[in-house]
Amino acid sequence: MKYLGIKQQKPRIAVFDFTSCEGCELQLANKEDSLVDFLMAIEILAFREVSSASSDDYDIALIEGSITRSDEIGRIKKIRERAKVLVALGSCACFGGVNKQKNKMTMEQANKIVYGDSPRETMPAHAIKEIVSVDLAIPGCPVNKDEVERIVRHLVWGVPFKFQVYPVCVECKQRGTICRFEMGEICLGPITRAGCNAPCPAGGLGCWGCRGPAEDPNYKEFFQIASEKGFSDQQVADRLNFYGAFEGVK
Amino acid sequence: MKVQLNVDVHHLTRVEGHGNIKVRIEDGEVKEARWDVVETPRYFEAMLKGKHYTEAGILTARICGICSIGHCLASIRASENAMGVTIPETARKLRMLAKHGETLQSHVLHLFFLAAPDFFNLPSAIHLLEKEVKVYDLSRRLTNLADYLYDEALAQDRFIKPSTRGYRREKSMLAPELREEIEDALFGIAENSAPELIGLPTVKPFLDKKPEIVNMALRLKSLGNRICDLVAGRTTHPVSLQVGGVAMAPDKKALANLRDELKRSVGDLKVTAELFKTFNIPDFIRQTEFVSLKGVDEYPFIGGDLISTDGVVKREDEYLEMTNEYLDANNTSKWCKLSRESMAVGALARFNNNYPLLHPEAKKVAEFLGLAPVSHNPFMNNVAQLIETVHVVFESIRYIETLLEDDFKNIMVPVVPKAGRGVGAVEVPRGILYHDYLYDKKGFILSANCIIPTTQNNANIHFDMKELARQFAPKRLTDKQLELLCSMLVRSYDPCISCSVH
Repeated sequence: MKYLGIKQQKPRIAVFDFTSCEGCELQLANKEDSLVDFLMAIEILAFREVSSASSDDYDIALIEGSITRSDEIGRIKKIRERAKVLVALGSCACFGGVNKQKNKMTMEQANKIVYGDSPRETMPAHAIKEIVSVDLAIPGCPVNKDEVERIVRHLVWGVPFKFQVYPVCVECKQRGTICRFEMGEICLGPITRAGCNAPCPAGGLGCWGCRGPAEDPNYKEFFQIASEKGFSDQQVADRLNFYGAFEGVK
Repeated sequence: MKVQLNVDVHHLTRVEGHGNIKVRIEDGEVKEARWDVVETPRYFEAMLKGKHYTEAGILTARICGICSIGHCLASIRASENAMGVTIPETARKLRMLAKHGETLQSHVLHLFFLAAPDFFNLPSAIHLLEKEVKVYDLSRRLTNLADYLYDEALAQDRFIKPSTRGYRREKSMLAPELREEIEDALFGIAENSAPELIGLPTVKPFLDKKPEIVNMALRLKSLGNRICDLVAGRTTHPVSLQVGGVAMAPDKKALANLRDELKRSVGDLKVTAELFKTFNIPDFIRQTEFVSLKGVDEYPFIGGDLISTDGVVKREDEYLEMTNEYLDANNTSKWCKLSRESMAVGALARFNNNYPLLHPEAKKVAEFLGLAPVSHNPFMNNVAQLIETVHVVFESIRYIETLLEDDFKNIMVPVVPKAGRGVGAVEVPRGILYHDYLYDKKGFILSANCIIPTTQNNANIHFDMKELARQFAPKRLTDKQLELLCSMLVRSYDPCISCSVH
């Protein structure tokens, strides 16, 4: 944009990880064809997984992971104070992610199974928004780098970003993927927000809803179809609760 | 004067997950040397309870964002062993190809982005890239300047070779001495600007290295990722790897294209080996027991017997006798041991136990970089990863060639749930990984156990740290130098800490 006399803003970004697999951070270093351009369009102030250099002078904080221990609450609050924009990156940060499955039992039970008689400190998993306010949530397990790039482009140009309102089903139709319901499998595609380009159904796996609900999803009709296809309420509920993205729906 | 040194690293950088280093040397004596994992635990074994066999692989892939394919493969293998499922040969080959893609992607990520910056004395590969881009910009501007100077010279008869007068004027007609003079002058400009431009005394390493280092690393990493995308449906958190086989066959044209690209990447591998030969790898030895899968007719990655360099051999389902987990009060990760106080797994362990099964081209690189089994220098794990990178590239080419002759009709078998216990052992980039499930007759998990490579390495890193401090204490290091050395030790293991505290 230099030739138009418009000064390009480099978003000043820091990346922080909480309880997670760090797979979403890894996506930032994927999509190698455009990675050099991506890295040149932003300024990375802190990114512990790939750099020893770090500074607190960031505007945008990308947060991966959910909150599952008391020290993490203090850390995220400090980051919230410093950051102008706080972004939840991935399903763990947005919804609690698979970590929320731990919440179905007491922490004592979980500790007993893993650490026996020497329990470690933990607490029920929380999404970031349950602890501090979140300005932008980029869902996905893992996040889709294409979408992250689109968001960064909008940041650089100062244009508001809009997520897809339609569900994953639309993307399957665009790709010509055979419906997983037709293959005898349950699929959350009809109610989950698109934007991932539906890689799971294309790879032979129904949608597990890692991106959370689409705009105004038709739950009633979805439950009807699932039941007609022979899936029990329990099976539907297990699927909905896998990433904690459909809390309270069933 | 007696040596006083203090190292205190909170949340070490350029490793996956959170760990701390503490070293205190007083009057030349090591008072304290610790490697502690402080990652928040996630309790995957608790979450696995009650899960259906079709869910286990999808859930456990989320243990690790870097080796999710390895976790998924160990998980579905454990389930298949529990239910007596034998997968079709084509599915076995497809899984191995996905595994090779992950090893390639992960090793290149570690070698270039996590380990190499220490050898360049830079905080990250991004800093390396910034320097490369600056030098590239400068060299482009200088090339423009050179073209201008050539044009000016061409306009003057006296610089042109007499025999070529009368022809259309081209650069090649200029007197060679003049061309050399212009080139030297421009290189001088670049050299002089190096300290200000990139903070280094010379631009030479950036001009000589063609192709540039970061772009080369990205090409290799991209290849690994695209193998995974094609065969497993996605690089991170695969979708096609399922109990019973592989759910979706890859497109053959895309496979053939990947094979051709893999063949073309051999030049990049050679440059990588030459680059790593210039690195000054610390000279440190601590006698260690190395544990890995035991290969039979292939360098091992999925399933088989277990072996240690101290001579222990066990079956896959006897893995508990190979790991002996116990708790350490300062760590959220468990610790492991076998015949000694600690043991090591990973690329170096696989190399030490299975050297004869490496691809001949990988053996050549081992010889070139001076690594022979059994090596007890943990810093050489970087080199072992590079050797394996070469191995998996050549093996991927071979696997794709046999897969292209396949009709992909038989890649999945039906699964009938049954009660039982099964263990799956898989060599993931950072070492041997075990998943162990007990199923009820409807195919739901009653209990589960996962033992992660870094869990097996954490105690060894800790004891290495003590020995490293002891050996290097008399060498007149500064705090900073010792901190770098200790950090490099941990990074050599390529620890996956959030994995180790699943």
